[in-house]
Formats: sequence, structure tokens, C-alpha cells
Amino acid sequence: MHKLLTVFPEDIYIDIKAPIDKFINFMLQNWSPFFEAVSKSLQLFLNAIGSAVNAIPWWLLIIAVFFASYKVSKKISTSILYSALLFFIGVIGLFDMMYATLAIIIASVIISLLIGLPSGIVMSASKKISIFAVPVLDTMQTMPSFVYLIPAVMLLGLGNVPAVIATTIYALPPVIRLTSHGIRQVDVEVVEAAKAFGSTKMQILFKVQIPQALPTIMAGVNQTIMMAISMVVTCSMIGATGLGSEVIKGINRLESGRGFAAGIAIVIVAIILDRLTQGVFKKNE
Amino acid sequence: MNENNKILKVENLTKMFGSKKLLAREMLKKGLSKNEVLKKTGVTVAVDNVSFEVRQGEIFVLIGLSGSGKSTVIRCLNMLQPPTSGKIYFEGDNIKNYSAKQLREFRRNKVSMVFQNFGLMSHRDVLSNAAYGLEIKGVSKKEREEKAMEIISMVGLSGWEGQSVLNLSGGMRQRVGIARALINNPDVLLMDEPFSALDPLVRREMQFELLSIQEKLNKTIVFITHDIDEAFKLGNNVAIMQDGKIIQTATPEEMMSNPSNSYVKEFTNSADKTHVYSVKNIMITPSCLAHSRNGAKNALKQMYDNGFSSVFVVGDKLRFVGILTLERALAVRNGELSFNDAVYTDVPTTQLETPVSDLIPIAAKSAFPIAVVDNDNRLKGLVTKAAVLASLS
Repeated sequence: MHKLLTVFPEDIYIDIKAPIDKFINFMLQNWSPFFEAVSKSLQLFLNAIGSAVNAIPWWLLIIAVFFASYKVSKKISTSILYSALLFFIGVIGLFDMMYATLAIIIASVIISLLIGLPSGIVMSASKKISIFAVPVLDTMQTMPSFVYLIPAVMLLGLGNVPAVIATTIYALPPVIRLTSHGIRQVDVEVVEAAKAFGSTKMQILFKVQIPQALPTIMAGVNQTIMMAISMVVTCSMIGATGLGSEVIKGINRLESGRGFAAGIAIVIVAIILDRLTQGVFKKNE
Repeated sequence: MNENNKILKVENLTKMFGSKKLLAREMLKKGLSKNEVLKKTGVTVAVDNVSFEVRQGEIFVLIGLSGSGKSTVIRCLNMLQPPTSGKIYFEGDNIKNYSAKQLREFRRNKVSMVFQNFGLMSHRDVLSNAAYGLEIKGVSKKEREEKAMEIISMVGLSGWEGQSVLNLSGGMRQRVGIARALINNPDVLLMDEPFSALDPLVRREMQFELLSIQEKLNKTIVFITHDIDEAFKLGNNVAIMQDGKIIQTATPEEMMSNPSNSYVKEFTNSADKTHVYSVKNIMITPSCLAHSRNGAKNALKQMYDNGFSSVFVVGDKLRFVGILTLERALAVRNGELSFNDAVYTDVPTTQLETPVSDLIPIAAKSAFPIAVVDNDNRLKGLVTKAAVLASLS
């Protein structure tokens, strides 16, 4: 009797690991043509973005960041700081690595937005969908990011493509959540007014709700970018190239210097992307 | 009255919120109160069997405290809230039978709305807010902006068209709201407490503005307010609502003089009566008149007989000439002045329909009672300063 009080009873064990494994294996066996097709098209997409990013010479990127940050902050000191930080990444020999990381980030963010913005709009329109979607989004966001790596590797193998998939899943929730939240938050009277003047549903959505919700939606886009940056580092565990792989090498070889150098570069990329996007969104308000 | 000029007709309008509406309707039929229905079925009865008619070109005011259902009624008139039951006729059509497309056309062309908190789009400037109604109809940018500029200048916002609405004061924002509502040239304007969010001075200014716009455009307006002064100042007809029902529909004057129950009476008692009472309600028949052709002697006799120190002088057909005082009359008798010179002709007069409130400054300045005349300058009566002051209480 006393054993029952101290140890959780083994008799009521339910195995949920086996069904999940079974499900993934089932997908692997039966849907592999589908995943191959996804993998191939994603690879093409990623290559296109990679070559577009690589086509930008290092000095042009630094100049672009200089002007962009000046436009956003209106302070010459800020723009000098950001371009100097970017220059520093090159100085520590990580400019190419950063380009590889940027390509994965950009690809993941584009896919996240393509899925997330419409999903957020749908979610805002229906309470039923929203009730169902909120716990799903919560789970997606709270699930340890490593967990996504396992099925991604199983279904798509190692490399940059599964990294994009895992990053997209991880970065998707904020843009969905904030798009939906932003649209719901639009003043009822403003929506009522649009209706009272005979707007169609689409007119209400595109002329009133989305423009009014834009600051909130943009905050979601910013968060998605930030989440993508953090995930892309984790994804180096499944073979994503770039700054993250430098960190992994640092761990494997016990080279603290290599790890920190890459870490600092990631921080710089994150700061610049965050400030630039935030600045753009604030101007929209 | 001609049946054709009833532009809006509402019959037995009921609006309930909740799922067990049928059950709630049964209970209402049995005579249960709104609160009992809410407790037993969870259904809120917002509007309970309301009927009224609005004439072409009038301002019809719905007044009631918050929760009385007045905002729900006005939202039924353009189907922002579909009625649970009842009929709403616009120019003979029951708008409840409109298809989605017909309803959209109705909202685009026939009816527009002004909101309590303005309902403006903060991401647009004044011009494109005002032009919104034309934009969604697909009117070209050039044409709709021209039209919007016209309306903007009519509501007194010229020069502000490029500003964000966030830079505008409350009163100016509501001017944009009114401009937006007028741009489609609608037949009916629904105004849901449009001035309630404004401070009293601006509110008065906007009321005046609305009346002058109404004079120009002669729209049919359904106006919601909780302010009895506003209702009486603007309304040709006023319907007073309590707990989802209309208790009385009448002109302001009728409502003041014949309140249908103690609730209406309490409401009207709080009103500033001077806006409601016009001169004809407080004027009296002059007991002392002198005809100009009868001369000063007769005028003196009139004053002597009635114990007054002045007298109204009238000409043929009771046309008002002026006032003759005792001193002047004596001077004429002594041959110091001619009769015509002696009569004060430069005295204020007023007309039958003038609101008493307009008379207060005149009464304060004038030394004499104020003559009431018609359009042909015929004397109809007089208003004493005491009567003006008494109407204030």
C-alpha cells in the first residue's frame, strides 16, 4: 500500500511514444515521394535565396545597413555603430558564415509569413477556429525546439532543408497570434462604420482591419524573425550551415574561442535585424 | 398627413440577444418583465415591440438612458443588428427582405451612419476618411477626392484634408464623421449619440452646425441621444425609450405639456424649457392698445384706464407701430412734439415661433414688454419680462 503512495503506479502506463514513432514511420514509408518533392522544391527555393544573398558584396551590405539604420533611427551615430558591428563580423572572419545563416533565416521567415498571415486572418474571423488554434500555437511555441529536429531529420534528412522546416514551425506562432490579435483589436465602431457604408467583407479586411492592425501584425513579424534567428542556431545540430555550425564545432572540439566568436556574430545579426524591423514598424504607427 | 412622405416605418421591432429566443418571446407574451426573461432564459431583450414612423426631411430623435435599447434600434435601421422580428420599411420596402447585395447597395446609397466615438480610420487622413463611402463604390480617385473636398469645406474643415485624423480634436473628428456620412448623398442619416463624446461647448456648436447643414440639405435624420436638451433642440419629433420600449412619441412641445407618464415627466422636467417653449406659449393679449389715428389723447386715456405708463401703438389692421410712453404722450398734448415723433418705433419685436431662449437677451435689455408680431407686422400679443424670466425656472 505504501508503495502506491510514493511511486507512481506502473500499471496505468500508456505508451504514447510508440504511436508517434509509428506515425512518423508511416509517413516515411507511404509519403516519401511527397516529402522528396517538398524537399526538392525547398532546396530550389533556398538555393535561389542563397545566391541572391551571396550576390550582395560585403561592402554593399554594410552601406545598405548604414542607410537603413539612418532612415529608421535618424541618428548618424546609430548607423555608424550598426555598420561597424557588421564590419566586425567580417573582421573576425565570419562574413560568409553569416551569409549562409541569413539565407536560412530569410527563407524560413518568408515561408512563415506566407503561412502565418493568412492563418492569422482566418483565426481572427472565427471564434471556433481560434479556440482550437490557441492551444496548438501555445504548444508549438513552448515545445523545446530540439524536438522538431527529430521528425525533420527523419523525413527530410540532414542539411539546410530540414533546418528551414524546423525553423518555420518554430517561428510561425507569433505572426499567426499577433495577426489574429491585431485584427480582433481593431475598434468595433470602425469596423461597424465600414459595414454601415456598404463595404464587402474583403473591403473591410483590406481597407480597414489589416491597415488598422498593421502595427500589431508587424510586431508579430518582428518576433517571428527573432525566433527564426534563435532556431537557425539550434538547427546546426542537424547540419544547417552557417554561424550555428561554428558553435557546434566549438562544442565538439572544446574551442571556446570559436564558439564565442560565432555567438557574438549571431548577437550582432540579431540586434541589427531587430532594430531595423522594429524601426520600420514603428514608423507605420 | 400624406402617407408617401413617411420615409421610414418601423413596425413591432423586437431584438433579442441569446439562444432561447422563442422561449423568451413566449414569456414576453405572457407578460413577464425583461429581467424575469433574462433570469429564466438568459435572453436579453434589447428592443421590445417598438413601432414608429419617420417623415421625409424631419429630425426624429430617440432618447433614453443607457441600456434603454436606443442604440440597438438605430442599428436595426441599417441592419448592423438584424432584428429578431418586426418590419422595417424604407420607402415601402421591407429592408429585412433585402439580399446581401441589395443591403450593400442600400447602405452605399440610401442610408449612412455617424458614430458616438466617430469610428474613423486612424491610418487614413481626413480626405480619404471622408471619401471612404465613394471609394468602396469604385468611384475614381479624382472624382471622389473632388467630392470629398466639397463636403469637407461644407463641414468647415477646409485646410485640414491632409491631416491624420489623430491630429484632430473631438469636434473636428465628428465633422469628418459627418462629412463621411454625407458624401454618398444618402436619404437617411443615422446618428448614434454623435455629440455625446464632445464637451458641452463643442456640442452646442455641433448642434448648430447640424441644424444649418439640415437647413441646406434637408435630410431625414434619426438621432440618438440621452440628453433631453439636445433632443428638444434638434428634434421635430421625439420618442422616449425605457427598457426597450417606446413610451411616448410626440413633438417636444406636446411632450412638455402632456407627458404620458411620470417617467416622461421626470425626463422633461430636467430639460431647459426655454428651447422648447416658443413665444406663443408665454405671450399674453395686450389689454392696452392705442390706434395711431386716435392721437395722444386717446393713448393717455388708455394708459389712465389701465394704470400703465406706456402703451403699444398700432396702425391699420393692427400693424405694430411702436410704443408711446406717458411722458411723450403728455408732451404731444402740450404741443411740444408731434404724435409720430413721440412714438418709439425702434423697439424690439419678436415672432410667434421664436424660442423663448432667444428672447432672454432682448428682454434683459428692453425697458418695455416685447411685442409679438406676425410676418405682416401685425400685433399678435406681448411678452412681459416677467414671463420670460418665469419660463427659466
